[in-house]
Amino acid sequence: MGFLLAALDVPPSSLELFAQYCIEGLTFGALIALIALGYTMVYGIIGLINFAHGDLFMLGSFLALAVASAMATAMGDSTASVFITLFAATICSAAFCASLNVAVDQIVYRPLRNAPKLAPLVSAIGVSFVFMNVGQIYGGVADVNFGASRFISEANLLEQFGVQNVRFTAKNLLVFGVTIPILLGLTFLVKRTKLGKSMRATEQNAIAAQLMGINVNFVIAATFAIGGALAGVASVVYGISINTIGYQMGFQNGLYAFTAAVLGGIGKLPGAVLGGLIIGLVRSLGSAYVGEMWTSALIFAILIVLLVFRPSGLLGSTAGDKV
Amino acid sequence: MEMLWQPWKVSVLAWLLAITLVLLEAFVGCGPAANQPANPGTPKKQVIRIVSSLPRQGSARGQTDTIVNGIKLALEEVDYKVGDFTIDYLDLDDSTAAQAQWTAEQETANADKAKGDPDCMVYIGTYNSGAAKVSMPILNQAGLLMISPANTWPGLTKPGLGDPGEPDVYIPTGKKNFTRVVPADDLQGTLAAQWAKEMGVKSVYIIDDTEVYGKGIASVFADYCPEIDLKVVGRQSIDAKSQEFKSLMTTVKSKNPDLVYFGGTTQTKAGQLVKDMIAVGLDAKFMAPDGCFENAFIESAGAENLNGRAYITFGGLPPEELSGVGKAFVQNYEKNYGAAPEAYAIYGYECGRVAIEAIKKAGKKDREAIVDAAFAIKDFDGALGKWSFDENGDTSTTTISGNTVEDGKFKFVKKLGTK
Repeated sequence: MGFLLAALDVPPSSLELFAQYCIEGLTFGALIALIALGYTMVYGIIGLINFAHGDLFMLGSFLALAVASAMATAMGDSTASVFITLFAATICSAAFCASLNVAVDQIVYRPLRNAPKLAPLVSAIGVSFVFMNVGQIYGGVADVNFGASRFISEANLLEQFGVQNVRFTAKNLLVFGVTIPILLGLTFLVKRTKLGKSMRATEQNAIAAQLMGINVNFVIAATFAIGGALAGVASVVYGISINTIGYQMGFQNGLYAFTAAVLGGIGKLPGAVLGGLIIGLVRSLGSAYVGEMWTSALIFAILIVLLVFRPSGLLGSTAGDKV
Repeated sequence: MEMLWQPWKVSVLAWLLAITLVLLEAFVGCGPAANQPANPGTPKKQVIRIVSSLPRQGSARGQTDTIVNGIKLALEEVDYKVGDFTIDYLDLDDSTAAQAQWTAEQETANADKAKGDPDCMVYIGTYNSGAAKVSMPILNQAGLLMISPANTWPGLTKPGLGDPGEPDVYIPTGKKNFTRVVPADDLQGTLAAQWAKEMGVKSVYIIDDTEVYGKGIASVFADYCPEIDLKVVGRQSIDAKSQEFKSLMTTVKSKNPDLVYFGGTTQTKAGQLVKDMIAVGLDAKFMAPDGCFENAFIESAGAENLNGRAYITFGGLPPEELSGVGKAFVQNYEKNYGAAPEAYAIYGYECGRVAIEAIKKAGKKDREAIVDAAFAIKDFDGALGKWSFDENGDTSTTTISGNTVEDGKFKFVKKLGTK
């Protein structure tokens, strides 16, 4: 019925189209922001660019799909059971990614804590390859369908308000509904809680923090746990929104997310979100008004230009002594 | 001091000994080998090597597994013997794990390997037309027969249908050596457009993946549209590394086409395009060429998204529609491997049989004679009926089929170009 009405109606005006491009762009941007938050958390505390973060996110998405599929077949498709299924998948994936991230920190990065900065960085790239291969062995080489239509409808929420030509679906709502509270929660955690204070102290000077009675290793482990949990949450939201997962998704999205973190000023939480949203918008509007095949080139061109004029990113401090 | 055992001295001695032995071995080994051409009358059975170069990793693997099985079936039928020659088959990979698809480096390495191997007489490949562009000039200089089971870009063989300079750039010696057993895209693209027209489609949006194969067939499709009064409302290329195409599909939707035609493969995100069509609420048909005629496409797109929407063309008939030699092949395949072959398996089998036929006709281990014998193949009793190679090395087969997807399975609709 909705389709019939839309077909009878006038085609979308250029303003409506612009709004639609912005919605799609901001949605994709928010997804990238969610992944970028994980990068920036870890970097902000120990100054490590955790290149394995994207691939951790990929492993999380395979686990989320397994959990969600198993529960979906067991529980049917009532609204309540879908909600429980997604909630359970999110919890499982977040717990899994958090433990894995902490384990990797303890086994790989911790012995290198006092080594030159390049050593943990190269190790992180190594961990990324290991994860990618595990993902390939488990999930196979072909893209895997997430089957999001089992969980969420593609219907246009704005239709109830008489808007036909601009679509805003439950998927879009879900992405924003997860990213914004997480940003606020993380900011609160870092700025207002005792753990956050310890984190900031560790960032400024780990030895001095230890002298003040802060358990630095615990703080770092907690940071990795939070970063991992973010990857887990992102994996479910991504699966639902994009609807395709595969062993290579960690690399490509990780690259975008890393770019977002750098664009916004790495180490700054709001910066990661801002960077993500800018990337999403550039991608979407670039596709609309320049051409789909130029989107990646546009994003990286903007990154290069910005870094020439503001090396520490949009919201970064001008100290810029890290990498 | 002198009483101490000095292991490094021992190892230097051992190294010297080892190097001497290796050198000795090499000289001794070389001697008779160098003498061999002097006595050609030895009755010893000679080996002829057939290599194939296909992407054995990445999501094309499902297809190439069955192509390789098809080649093996053809060789097993003659018990790996043709005349006085023993056939040795080598399955090379032109993809890498990191890229999950073919790479120019790997394909070049394979072609060089075949070129430098004096026993290698036939090169079966490639799967991707882009890869063929890389290896064709190398193998042409080697005068080595190439038989492709899957290259469909017209420019590889047909003058005037490809880019400027094609196909001459692939034939530096001036003597052709490339053949293919699969019909080229000039036919598939035009018949696809015609099929769309028959289904009542009035306007089409064309998308390609910028690769040789995808962009090529999309252009053939686009060029034919005006001739049959099919309106092209837009055309764009995608970056196949992108994760989603909702913005692109928003653009497509604003043009309100009846059909989206994608020149591309499963590996270049065909599945994601279908999903994003649905995500932006675009209720149009989706048509793609044979690069999507594999189960991996259905798996990545999601069976539930394809019902009544997806239309896939293929240069040949699906396994269950074959008759004669082809039907026997499918039965034999299922008996040997316990599973149904994918669409291209039959062309692997056909390549194997063409290779055997060419070696048999040539009757000697000579690259030039084998190339000549292959180009002379006429009225071959093939798996898709009788066919011949023309002077360009193209098959005379013109069978293109149209298929849909129903509940996660490809369903044959009709032989295109017929009423």
